[in-house]
Amino acid sequence: MNLATEGPVRPVRRLDSLLRARELGIGLAVVVVFGATTLNNPAFASGTSIAQLLTGASLIALIGVGETLVIITRNVDLSVGSVVGLSAYVVGREFVNHPGMPVLVGFLLGTAVGAVVGALNGLVTTIARVPSLVVTLAALYIVRGADALIVNGKRIDPVNIPAAYTVIGYKTVLGIPWLAVVVAVVVGVTGYALRSFRSARELYAIGSNPDAAALAGIPTGRRVFTAFLISGSLAGLAGALFLAEFATVDSTGGSGYELLVISAVVVGGVAIFGGSGTVLGAALGAVLLNTINQALVASKVSSFWNQAVAGALLLIAIAFDRWLSLRIARRLRSPERANSDT
Amino acid sequence: MTPELDSASSPVVGDRAGPPLIAPASSPTPSGHPPQRLRSSAAGLVRWETGLVLVLIGSLIFDSRISENFLNKTTFFYVGLNMGEIALMSLPLLLIVLVGEIDLSVAAMLGLSGTVMGLLFQQGWSVWAAMLASLFVGALGGALNGFLITRMGLPSIAVTIGTLTLFRGIAEPLLGANSVTGFPVSLTNIGIIPIPGTYLSYSIGLFFVLAICFAVVLHGTRLGRSLFAIGLQTEAARFSGIRVQRIKFGLYVLSGVICALAGVLFTLKSSSARYDAGVGLELNVVAIVLFGGVSIFGGRGSVLGVVLSLIIVGCLDQALSQINVDQQVQNIITGVLLLISVILPNVSEAVRRIRARARRRT
Repeated sequence: MNLATEGPVRPVRRLDSLLRARELGIGLAVVVVFGATTLNNPAFASGTSIAQLLTGASLIALIGVGETLVIITRNVDLSVGSVVGLSAYVVGREFVNHPGMPVLVGFLLGTAVGAVVGALNGLVTTIARVPSLVVTLAALYIVRGADALIVNGKRIDPVNIPAAYTVIGYKTVLGIPWLAVVVAVVVGVTGYALRSFRSARELYAIGSNPDAAALAGIPTGRRVFTAFLISGSLAGLAGALFLAEFATVDSTGGSGYELLVISAVVVGGVAIFGGSGTVLGAALGAVLLNTINQALVASKVSSFWNQAVAGALLLIAIAFDRWLSLRIARRLRSPERANSDT
Repeated sequence: MTPELDSASSPVVGDRAGPPLIAPASSPTPSGHPPQRLRSSAAGLVRWETGLVLVLIGSLIFDSRISENFLNKTTFFYVGLNMGEIALMSLPLLLIVLVGEIDLSVAAMLGLSGTVMGLLFQQGWSVWAAMLASLFVGALGGALNGFLITRMGLPSIAVTIGTLTLFRGIAEPLLGANSVTGFPVSLTNIGIIPIPGTYLSYSIGLFFVLAICFAVVLHGTRLGRSLFAIGLQTEAARFSGIRVQRIKFGLYVLSGVICALAGVLFTLKSSSARYDAGVGLELNVVAIVLFGGVSIFGGRGSVLGVVLSLIIVGCLDQALSQINVDQQVQNIITGVLLLISVILPNVSEAVRRIRARARRRT
């Protein structure tokens, strides 16, 4: 807002800084919630508690990175929760069948499982040109069903998972859980790519206006396919990490994650109709939702209120986004502003 | 008309006139025209509902083959009992998808309404007053959705994911892990006894009555036609004087009330009120509506399609349960049906596109 007084600023840059302010805002919200809870209950700021905050948000943030890429292109991936469950169980079963399997193979296998589902989602969406909402809703069911067929009523027990594998779920480095480090690296790399690479910028173009993007020569089908492929792969990796974190999984692992992920992404400022948003915002959205959850528990408010708060937060976030975009649109349209800008 | 003229003229004019009559139709026009006409008449023949009827017959045969107990009157009672609430919620969702929006909060509203009813009943309200109150809550919840979507212009998919979480989140602390029981047996009997003289559960009976009302309004009134108009071209509909926002708002309130009603029936059927009643059903309802041939982009769909889709899915689920196929494995079938319903209408178009691209390459 005060940017307007700073004299001539190109509208695009102002939009950009407002969006960056969004991440700042979420970060601030995390700090406020954290601070207020700590005042009530000093144990909230202890090392283990902070580690718990980060670990709890990690999987959602990781899946959120892929989901962000997909939503930026004006699509959506609802199959991520089922992919987490399938990948976690498949990796676990391989550890049961081949006790000596190297740990790294576990993570690669999980990622590969997700990549297959992601590729199928992408292929069907782009080749048959059908809405991804429906395709990935179908994938949600089919993958969960396939998972149930494979699981067949059994479960993976912690005994069968090598200790070297579960280490990533609870070991910390400088007080930060390894899980969070892995996710932070993925967020960093993807965030950099989204800012700097031409092919990644094209995702925004596709989401802003698919027809214009296609006419401008952007291979929209290939880009959207890649977004789905990455989303599936990261969900698969999240499944492998799910197994590392909990060391046990049955046929319900990861169910309902899709809505959690989309909530986090949207709270993080990624527009549901595509064209704008960052992976950092999405990851911070996941951290904010998890911090609020834990804060409610720590403040001895009934933890039953978690969901209600999360829902209200989501509604506030999208209402805020709408207000922001209307404001920007009005500014861009008003003539005197346009004159002073040029 | 043309073939008639053709056969009538050929004996009179003789052999030589025959070819010219056929020729202009096929050869001079460059490939485009006749196939197109053929396709449109084929599309007219294989309407989605026609396909669904065939699938229904096929699946009934399949169902009765895999489960010998399938063709049985109690089976039909259980199909109705299991599908009743989903069926009720699918009706308003049909209209909402038709105008190009979506409502993912339906199952959460079912849970909230059952919770409110149980809570008030526990505190000594009469069961009928508690039911009315929960219907009122449904209207309020629907109005909240409608307000956010039509007055504030927010995207319905994000709003209703938010209210899904919100409604469920309000229901959770109200009842916690408890469940309320002790509803009058005369009412909870709807979970055991069909409507006298039929094999229909009360919920599915109510659904059929409502479905007829919806069909009459949707396919036979100005209001119904205007829903299609909104779905096809919102702007054009608005400029032709249709009160788009008001209609959408009304649809969300209607959805809230009917989902609350489904919550009441669900509570009575299971004779206990729990906050987590019907968790995850929203996706089933969406799947039913889309498989019923309602376009996710709005503007296309029918009550008949949704009814057929409900019967197909309900019977298939029941048959598979009877041969002890796991509930989660049954998901595969829901998913495949969904996938078919969205890919099939696009196949011919996709094939044409791929062929055109191949031609351009060579």
